[in-house]
Amino acid sequence: MNLQQLHQLEPCLWTLPRATAEKRAEVLLYGTAPLLVSMDDKVLEQAANVAFLPGVVGASMTMPDAHWGYGFPIGGVAAFDAGQGGVISVGGVGFDISCGIRCLRSNLSLQDAAPRFNELADTLFHAIPAGVGEEGEIKVNLTQIDQILQEGANWAVKHGYGNTADLEYIEEHGRVADAVPDNVSELAKKRQRGEMGTLGSGNHYLEVQMVERIYDAAAALAFGLHEGQILISIHCGSRGLGHQIGTEYMLILAKAASRLGIRLPDRELACAPIKSPEGQQYIGAMNAAINCALANRQILTHLTRVACEKIFRDAEFETLFDVSHNTCKAETHEVDGKPRLLHVHRKGATRAFGPGHPALPERYRKVGQPVVIGGSMGTGSYILAGSSGNRAFASASHGAGRAMSRHQALARWKGRALVDELAQQGILIRTRSMRGVAEEAPGAYKDVDLVAEATEQAGLARRVAFLRPKVCVKG
Amino acid sequence: MPTQSPTYFEHDADIGIIGRGATVEQAFEAAAQAVFGIVTKLDAVQPKTAVTIAFEEADVELAMVTWLNLLLGKSRELGMVFSRFRMQRNGARWNAEALGEKWRAGLERGVEVKGATLTMLSVKQTGAMWEARCIVDV
Repeated sequence: MNLQQLHQLEPCLWTLPRATAEKRAEVLLYGTAPLLVSMDDKVLEQAANVAFLPGVVGASMTMPDAHWGYGFPIGGVAAFDAGQGGVISVGGVGFDISCGIRCLRSNLSLQDAAPRFNELADTLFHAIPAGVGEEGEIKVNLTQIDQILQEGANWAVKHGYGNTADLEYIEEHGRVADAVPDNVSELAKKRQRGEMGTLGSGNHYLEVQMVERIYDAAAALAFGLHEGQILISIHCGSRGLGHQIGTEYMLILAKAASRLGIRLPDRELACAPIKSPEGQQYIGAMNAAINCALANRQILTHLTRVACEKIFRDAEFETLFDVSHNTCKAETHEVDGKPRLLHVHRKGATRAFGPGHPALPERYRKVGQPVVIGGSMGTGSYILAGSSGNRAFASASHGAGRAMSRHQALARWKGRALVDELAQQGILIRTRSMRGVAEEAPGAYKDVDLVAEATEQAGLARRVAFLRPKVCVKG
Repeated sequence: MPTQSPTYFEHDADIGIIGRGATVEQAFEAAAQAVFGIVTKLDAVQPKTAVTIAFEEADVELAMVTWLNLLLGKSRELGMVFSRFRMQRNGARWNAEALGEKWRAGLERGVEVKGATLTMLSVKQTGAMWEARCIVDV
């Protein structure tokens, strides 16, 4: 991205100046100069497109890990006011609705676990269905799917997958309200019959990690983290059901926008007023998909525990937190000193409530919400805590963010060689797709350290711990 | 059948697919091959089972994403992977057949395609050749 076209407001905050007659909301980009320079110009174009949508409140924003997406940029955040004609956009949520990360903390140390990492890797690989075309052993019928879409992770716990203590540490306690299963097509539900408890493909993973460094002792204490501790992170979403909802409503909302005379700079920004019938229909279906994703990660949590207990009999894995990064949620935020109910789109961006927020579990309320910046297989991940004074509608980065295309990555790396190279570094990869490993090569991502640092400098979230990968089951 | 091999174009996070052919139907068939070429190696897929796809869409660009997303939905619903496609258009009515087989051990696992998007979507005729392209989410 050419920084000449931007105006720097702060060391980690930039804006795109408006032409005199340009009627759009402000565009704000969070990140350091080197991170922004590494982004494709399309990021700026997409963020500017979002600023033209009706009812944008404040600014169209990008997080430090932003990269070129479809519709919104990945790492895009925008809030809309229903009362001012604000819209809901499929392109602001993405197809993998409620993709997110479940992070589990264990009572295992590196010393306990390291001698058995190979065995653990194999056991997890067999227990967790991952990759394209893989289905799980769990089969659900359409009636059960309707229940899942209403009950979210609560359904999973009720059916023996995990425990009620998990629910306390999932956003919205594992179940979002206002889900409407009737707004979800039969094809979407049929796609999900064999996909509950599956990881998926692409950038999805299950990773065994070690806490290598603590940055914030007080927050780490609240989160139950200490150096040398083993954690497991599970990255996945609403699977085929969410993908089907996304693709179907993309066309429904594109046609609604055209009918209602909403000018779309990019058709992928397909949207409808929040209060319109199509907007309400999509919101009901999207909430159902969020519940599906929460149930899916809850089932995967259970499968992970069962697998780990085969290797480490006394191991305990507690849910540290479960946070989604492809959503639109109705939240109250203070704007110009007044609380307003807004629909906050986060596409590849994590919610990051600061200290004192009433939605946080009591245990974390003093320090802020756990935020996970997932890295790539070979680098590392960060756990952060939501900051006070976050000006991005309580949002933060969600990952390292891609630095090059999949095609470029395929040309540069070979899956088998990468797996061997990572093994030399003490990182065990298990996968059914060597192509997937090459596309997801650590070098294809931005430097996660720079992203986490910029996230902190920008006041979006504070670094709490750095996690080093040890075992990765790659989707 | 498509007259040219499917090709791809660059996108940071996802993949751009291109299908070309002498007719719009052939371009759509080639685009479908480009999509399933991401999922697996097509040469190894046996076209044992045919699945019918039919829909109505007057807008040719929206027809392209509808076609690809119906294929992806059906493949996941049935646990199949497709490698060959036949399509016919009659005005706004599109009738097609996708041939493939159920996933089995010998098939290479590529990358799952979540859906075809409206981003960089275009369907156009240049000279004697039709070209259909869009970004697919992976």
